[in-house]
Amino acid sequence: MSWKRAGIAMLVGIPLLMLLAWGMVRGDPRIIPSPLIDQPAPDFELPVMAPARTPDGEDVTGEVVRLSDHLGEVVVLNFYASWCVPCRIEHPALVRTAARYRDRGVQFYGVVYQDTPQAIRTYLRQMGAKGYPSLLDPGQRVAIDWGLAGVPETFIVGKDGRISKKIFSAVTEQELVTEIERLLAEPSPAAAPASTPEVSF
Amino acid sequence: MIRLIGYSATLFSLAAAVYGVIAAIWGVRSKRQDILASVRAAAYATFGLMLVANLAMVYALVTKDFSISYVAQVGSHATPFGIAVISLWSALEGSILFWGLVLAFCAAAVAWLHRDERSDMFAVTNGVMLVVGAFFYMLMVGPANPFGAVFPVPMDGPGPNPLLQNHWLMAVHPPLLYLGYVGMTVPFAFAIGALMSRQTDERWLWLTRRWTLMAWAFLTAGIVSGMWWSYEVLGWGGYWAWDPVENASLLPWLTATAFIHSAMVQERRGMLKTWNVTLIIATFLLTILGTFLTRSGILTSVHAFAGGDIGYYFLIFMGIMLLGSLALLAGRSEELRTTGSLDSPASRETVFLLNNMILAAFTFTVLLGTLFPLVAEAARGVRVTVGEPFFNRMTLPLAVTLLFLMGVGPALPWGRPSAKHYRKLILPASVAAISALVAVLLGAGLMATLGFAFAGFAITTNAAEFLLGAGARRRALGESPLVALSRLVKANPRRFGGYTAHLGILVMALGIVASSEFTLDHEVTLGPRETATVGAYTVRFDDIWGRQEPHRFVVAAELAVFMGDRRVATLEPRLNYYEMSDQPITTPAVRSRAHEDLYITLLAFERDGSSTTLRVMVEPLLVWIWIGGIIMFVGAGIAFTYRGPKDGKSKPRAPGVPVKGKVAQAGQAAGRVRAADKEEVPA
Repeated sequence: MSWKRAGIAMLVGIPLLMLLAWGMVRGDPRIIPSPLIDQPAPDFELPVMAPARTPDGEDVTGEVVRLSDHLGEVVVLNFYASWCVPCRIEHPALVRTAARYRDRGVQFYGVVYQDTPQAIRTYLRQMGAKGYPSLLDPGQRVAIDWGLAGVPETFIVGKDGRISKKIFSAVTEQELVTEIERLLAEPSPAAAPASTPEVSF
Repeated sequence: MIRLIGYSATLFSLAAAVYGVIAAIWGVRSKRQDILASVRAAAYATFGLMLVANLAMVYALVTKDFSISYVAQVGSHATPFGIAVISLWSALEGSILFWGLVLAFCAAAVAWLHRDERSDMFAVTNGVMLVVGAFFYMLMVGPANPFGAVFPVPMDGPGPNPLLQNHWLMAVHPPLLYLGYVGMTVPFAFAIGALMSRQTDERWLWLTRRWTLMAWAFLTAGIVSGMWWSYEVLGWGGYWAWDPVENASLLPWLTATAFIHSAMVQERRGMLKTWNVTLIIATFLLTILGTFLTRSGILTSVHAFAGGDIGYYFLIFMGIMLLGSLALLAGRSEELRTTGSLDSPASRETVFLLNNMILAAFTFTVLLGTLFPLVAEAARGVRVTVGEPFFNRMTLPLAVTLLFLMGVGPALPWGRPSAKHYRKLILPASVAAISALVAVLLGAGLMATLGFAFAGFAITTNAAEFLLGAGARRRALGESPLVALSRLVKANPRRFGGYTAHLGILVMALGIVASSEFTLDHEVTLGPRETATVGAYTVRFDDIWGRQEPHRFVVAAELAVFMGDRRVATLEPRLNYYEMSDQPITTPAVRSRAHEDLYITLLAFERDGSSTTLRVMVEPLLVWIWIGGIIMFVGAGIAFTYRGPKDGKSKPRAPGVPVKGKVAQAGQAAGRVRAADKEEVPA
């Protein structure tokens, strides 16, 4: 092969490599933008998981969280499981951000995905409690409504009750803060005052 | 502890490989054999260390040590022992670790088998094996570290991907495929070794072709076992969907097949030298491209591992290898000058040239189709998928032409054909005409008819070589037919190994054409004791049952299968529900017979057992696809036993190294070849 032919081969090879590099930069093709963005969040009513099994052997506290009760607030919904490795990675970021915005009209909830309350309790003991309630989703009905592909996924719902952001895989504190600040700066729609269940573990 | 052992082993592998590369350069420059010996020692060391790292990971998977990130990702207490072992290759990091083991094995094998060689070519070859090794060990130490720490330690994990837990072929398919993929590194290393040391003589061609044959055999087995797995597990009745990952394994197979043929043209005619080196380099680059495509998450595919930054490393590595190889090729153009020419357009050389052109076009087509979604998105911002219609329309004519060439090639001689050779084509041509007629009467389409005709044609010419050769021996030496056949093959392993591989792929072609052209496909819903008839089979729905197994819940429909009034089988298509997976995984029930497969998938059922919905398919000759694959593997194995011509042409050995007994035996075998079959005398 002469240098000239090698040069021609490189003219083919280099754009091919550039194409592949572009494919990498473009991001994951499987992540299609969620059709739920800017749409009203699917409402739900979920039982709050008890931090320890109650004396009568129940896994729930008896309280129920209804998303529509939080209109006028920012809600961060984090789907997670004890068997999911990235969930462990994002755990501290969620806990810190939740603490930072506790008194500023931002409500955090964890939603347990395909897991048992027992395993979740052990997980929370190991990782340090979340500092906000975890909700049980029997039969993954809410996960299906929200179009979950896996865990972790985190949704941020604005004061108007619309989903403003969906984050795949582990979230960072920076991602959460940026979006929450943006949503808090928006004017609040006229809405009924929310009632937050007083639960903490 | 296990984490520490495993991680240190990968770290030391990297160190050993890097040392080996430096020592190879240093040893070649200073011409010091003691340093070159340490290069071989480095190759052995990487193998030992990779073995330790892999065993450590298997141990961690079996003992459910969730403090190790890979185990936390794919392990689960519910996973049975055998599946825990093979989950070594069920996700990205583990598969890279296993890849490293296979690569280190190849590097050590090359170093060991050629430990008595003293020429620079082997030193560079060992060095190149370690360069590629160093790249993979670097991935394990950094971006794809399987031995990461998880703290606090999880109680349990999700278990491996359910699709991979469902069939014993998952224990076989990835190792075979990896042996094929990774094995292609060896011919590449020899090519670079030959170019760098300017020893582009016959010797490297022999060595490279033999190693390519080995890798080709395993790649073939890997691809066919993957097709078989997909047929037995995915439940759609097919085995090939032109998925990017399937294409990624096909691409190097095509270029390696081209090389195996074109190498013989170089050997006989001194032509195609640059082309051959280019094919070897392309094959290697395509294996890396395939790995990149499956592990970077760049294309949507059923097999893709979750991506990550690892893609950038592959890209940079691929770029360096591509540019380096091209520069080397350009700088060595003198050594690769053609020394021969064609005698006749109807010779075997010409057929090989055509075969190479078509295989190159095939490769280009598959590559284009695979990457087209990326091109379209880059150019126009639209997301497209390129599916079966494109690939089938573009590749079927090429495939059919290859079948034809496979029939013509063995019938034509090297050099110039005579009337005798053309007469040899009369019988195969008649078989082709009859096959075509039968196919048309059965209602086959154009491509299928051509497929049947050319497959029949080529089977006849290839089989005739065996029969004529054995017949000649029987008459001349008075051997019994079976003895004559086996001695014929033994005396000419390369030639008859090749014909065997041809017969394998032709048998496979018959299976592919028949099963895609004449499949019956019905969807039926049955109540208890109701029956449905598809083809010659009557299927009765008897019962439905569910059972909890340790790691899954199984639902199966019990079906009685009748042919006429005779009950021939009880089939149980299943649905498996895995705890951490939303969708059930099908296990179709397959009754394979030589003439057709009955393939039943359970699609849906009522919990009370009042009805079940089934997909019932009857696929003619399908089992011959797998049998053909096995024959191809055997054929490559036979060809592999040929060790090259008598030692006369190879480089002189170092003084004091005795010529081995094996070589002397090979010499005797070559002598026998001459007596039995004059055509095979090396030119």
